[in-house]
Amino acid sequence: MEKRKEEIMKFVFLLAACASIATVAMICLFLFANGLPTIGKIGAADFFLGERWRPANDVYGILPMILGSLYVTLGAIVVGVPVGILTAVFMARFCPEKIYNVLKPSVELLAGIPSVVYGFFGLVVMVPFIREHIGGTGSSMLTASLLLGMMILPTLISVAEAALRAVPDSYYEGALALGAGHVRSVFFTVVPAAKSGIMAAIILGMGRAVGETMAVIMVAGNQARMPIGILEGVRTMTTNIVIEMGYAADLHRDALIATAVVLFVFILIINLTFSYLKGKVVQQ
Amino acid sequence: MDTKIAIETLDLYYSEFHALKNINMRIPEKEITAFIGPSGCGKSTLLKSLNRMNDLIEGCRITGRVLLDNDDIYANDDVNLLRKRVGMVFQKPNPFPMSVYDNIAFGPRTHGVKGKAKLDDMVEEALRKAAIWDEVKDRLDKSALSFSGGQQQRLCIARALAVQPEVLLMDEPTSALDPISTLKIEDLALELKQNYTIVIVTHNMQQAVRISDKTAFFLLGEVVEFNDTDSLFSNPQEKKTEDYITGRFG
Repeated sequence: MEKRKEEIMKFVFLLAACASIATVAMICLFLFANGLPTIGKIGAADFFLGERWRPANDVYGILPMILGSLYVTLGAIVVGVPVGILTAVFMARFCPEKIYNVLKPSVELLAGIPSVVYGFFGLVVMVPFIREHIGGTGSSMLTASLLLGMMILPTLISVAEAALRAVPDSYYEGALALGAGHVRSVFFTVVPAAKSGIMAAIILGMGRAVGETMAVIMVAGNQARMPIGILEGVRTMTTNIVIEMGYAADLHRDALIATAVVLFVFILIINLTFSYLKGKVVQQ
Repeated sequence: MDTKIAIETLDLYYSEFHALKNINMRIPEKEITAFIGPSGCGKSTLLKSLNRMNDLIEGCRITGRVLLDNDDIYANDDVNLLRKRVGMVFQKPNPFPMSVYDNIAFGPRTHGVKGKAKLDDMVEEALRKAAIWDEVKDRLDKSALSFSGGQQQRLCIARALAVQPEVLLMDEPTSALDPISTLKIEDLALELKQNYTIVIVTHNMQQAVRISDKTAFFLLGEVVEFNDTDSLFSNPQEKKTEDYITGRFG
């Protein structure tokens, strides 16, 4: 009887585990089954390298959106990484407990804010600010990068902080024993020792930035054309799909699914890189 | 023999715990002084008091004086300078996860040495002093972590020597090593005492006999006996010392 119960429970657990695998498998199947033939139909070169996206004329080149996603992601990294990594270093090695008790929940709260709220903040605060003080319409690559830079902070901070905390104290003590001060010991021994983990944090942050949709749509301008400047509007792959999915049909609809395929491959590459780096951390 | 470090009426507390009780000791210059005793007797704690590594431990409180060349190290605020003068080698080899060269150059760079030629010289000199130059000279750009435990420990000794210390503290430097590496470290210590004052904590009484000039026996936070190594082991004055070195406990 007892044995039978165990067998049943084992089956239930297996079923639960299969659910997530099945979900991924089904998404893959759906994306590739619909997307790949479409790419073939449009022509791989025209699709990936085409500079024009004109659904009305059945011209589907997604290079503008690929570049758009890359640029805002890079922008987010430029904005977010220095702040995020330094925050993580502060939290792991400098922060008095009293400040930590405020800082840690704040960062966690930052992670919990829905992206539409970030977008709204961007729309009503950042867009007008940039329009008035820097130039352009305010809905721009710069605004999107800044906003995404803020949004990836919690990911960066928590992963990097964990990596820094995992560094054995022996490195830090070894540096102190050579007469190095606290700052030098932390930045020249502890931080380099956590390199792989910090890289993993950056990669994970990139993943979040590439995939972000709602906040970007509200501040990026969304013009489907080649990016021409940081104060000009830009459209990413994610926003391209959301904006047009509602009314797209036939080849147009399939081209959007193909866009999702490209996005999916991007995320796949990012996740594989992350797993690889995490493996390196474990080896250490 | 001149006294390098004088410890006077030193008491150390970890919060409520009285870890070291009224320690008085004169550590002679350019000799090897060994601290022996059972685990938890306070020998490592005293060692770490000599370069103020105990400062890192929360709730650690020290009274009394530790005089390095007649200056109280606890009265002086420049801990970094103290640690430059009093180097330390740890129980577990802890080279930084970077190249051999950068490991050795870390100390000199910390203390403001610039210029490749100068650093190259200092790195070579330190590695030669630690008797590991021939083993690593063709692999200076390799990660220090790719070497064996014994080699890593000698790299750590070289790293400590590169800042040109006067005293070298060794906290059970061979407890994680095989017998051959242990012998190499012991030979090295004997070689180094010509120029450096060495204090070594060891679990291994034979090691103390082999290399040290003076030995202090610790028990429950007190120094039971401190004497020339030969006398302490051949003719202990205290019953407790005799019991310990004849293996009756510990």
